[in-house]
Amino acid sequence: MPQSDLLPGGAPGAGGPLIRFDGVVKRFGANTVLDELDFTVDAGERVTLIGPSGSGKTTILRLLMTLEKVTGGVIWVNGEPLSHMRGKGGLVRAGEKHQREVRKRIGMVFQQFNLFPNMTVRQNVTEGPIHSLGVSRDEANQRAEELLDLVGLGEKIDAHPTRLSGGQQQRVAIARALAMRPEILLLDEVTSALDPELVSGVLDVLRGIAESTDITMLCVTHEMHFARDVSHRVLMFDQGKIVEEGPPEQIFGDPREERTRTFLHAVLDHG
Amino acid sequence: MEFFIDRFPLYLSGAGVTLTITLIGAALAFVLAMAVGVLGTMRNPVARGVATFYTETFRGIAALVLMYWMAFAIPQLTPYEFDPMFAAILALGLNIGAYGAEVVRGAVNAVPRAQIEATIALNMSWARRTWSVVLPQAWAQMLPTFGNLVIELMKATAIVSLIGVTDLTRVAQEQRSATGETILAFSSALVMYFVIAQALILGVRLLERRANRRLGRAPEGGSGLLALLRPPPVTATGGGR
Repeated sequence: MPQSDLLPGGAPGAGGPLIRFDGVVKRFGANTVLDELDFTVDAGERVTLIGPSGSGKTTILRLLMTLEKVTGGVIWVNGEPLSHMRGKGGLVRAGEKHQREVRKRIGMVFQQFNLFPNMTVRQNVTEGPIHSLGVSRDEANQRAEELLDLVGLGEKIDAHPTRLSGGQQQRVAIARALAMRPEILLLDEVTSALDPELVSGVLDVLRGIAESTDITMLCVTHEMHFARDVSHRVLMFDQGKIVEEGPPEQIFGDPREERTRTFLHAVLDHG
Repeated sequence: MEFFIDRFPLYLSGAGVTLTITLIGAALAFVLAMAVGVLGTMRNPVARGVATFYTETFRGIAALVLMYWMAFAIPQLTPYEFDPMFAAILALGLNIGAYGAEVVRGAVNAVPRAQIEATIALNMSWARRTWSVVLPQAWAQMLPTFGNLVIELMKATAIVSLIGVTDLTRVAQEQRSATGETILAFSSALVMYFVIAQALILGVRLLERRANRRLGRAPEGGSGLLALLRPPPVTATGGGR
């Protein structure tokens, strides 16, 4: 069993990039969504993925969250293979135990919030810490209260998620993800399902988190202003490949690729 | 009416036996349905194989024949003899449990994929996910069908009268032979079966209400006891969004 490799502390490759995609291929049937994708994200970096729908952005987040399996290539998180584990004579596909160990570092917020309707807001936020991290109930409750205050929903802690607006539900979902103290936070079109007037509340919460923590963020969004304000780097995707990457000022101010220009033109016209 | 009032204690004790078999049989069926139903949703092929074997076997066997087999064949095959009531409970529990397992499997599989993904993002184990997210959400969906199965089970308990258990049906038969009042003897039993069925339906509806409220869905169709006896309006399923 290769578990000894996974003990915290002696992670090989520490100091290198936090996330590394190494020739990652993802196919759904005959449809190639990601095509030999290579990129890295450093610890503390906030990266926004933009591009037309179907370009593979969400798939990248889902692969990182182990909601999908890679077809080819390897994903590394902090020097540990996420999609694989060290076996005899090289890397073998990761088992459930290995995945649970590596994805401790990763949290995700979904487009449709995905709160648990059978639990109160408090239970939604404390369930993971208590049962996945082994945190005491008191500590989990205290942390839930702090986080819900942070997202402006302290008074809703004992409410039922279905009684909340979409924007409030999404803020609970952000608190729920943060309660797991992830090093990496994946944000998958977190405002796309919201009514327009609720979007800014959610984005403000995320801006606050970006400013006050050094959490690594990977963000798929169509909110270009948010992407410009918050991210260190923007990756423009098309058909499973990175078309262009750079700091937001350059991507939004002076895109080099024609594909980026047409995409931004279309999106910003709508916005 | 006089016929019924005079014999009410007899019918009541018969109904008591019927209800006892129903409740114990339902408890057995419930445990089997939950365990086998969840096994049937697992990825492990052995677990799924066990689940398929159980459901296909016991759905395909007539409960009556199974009960006869337990009551009459087992004493010949083994040195043991089952109490007739025990044989009946076992046969009915195994039979209805097989139907229930399919209900559980269907309800568990109907929990939205997005909910499972949220548990993965929270790094929950399979057991934790099943216990605190999947089953509580599937529960509300199982209950209406469970209600039907309990009624089926209750009606099927009449087969115990064939192996000498004095249940409601047996009481009716005995009163008919003793008095010759065929219509009254069986009508009385019909009324009692109906009353038991209504009580069971009421119980299940109360559970349904509670389950839906826990998922943040408002109870529909008004409140009060009368509303509980009416079938709930058909609503679009899915999502406590």
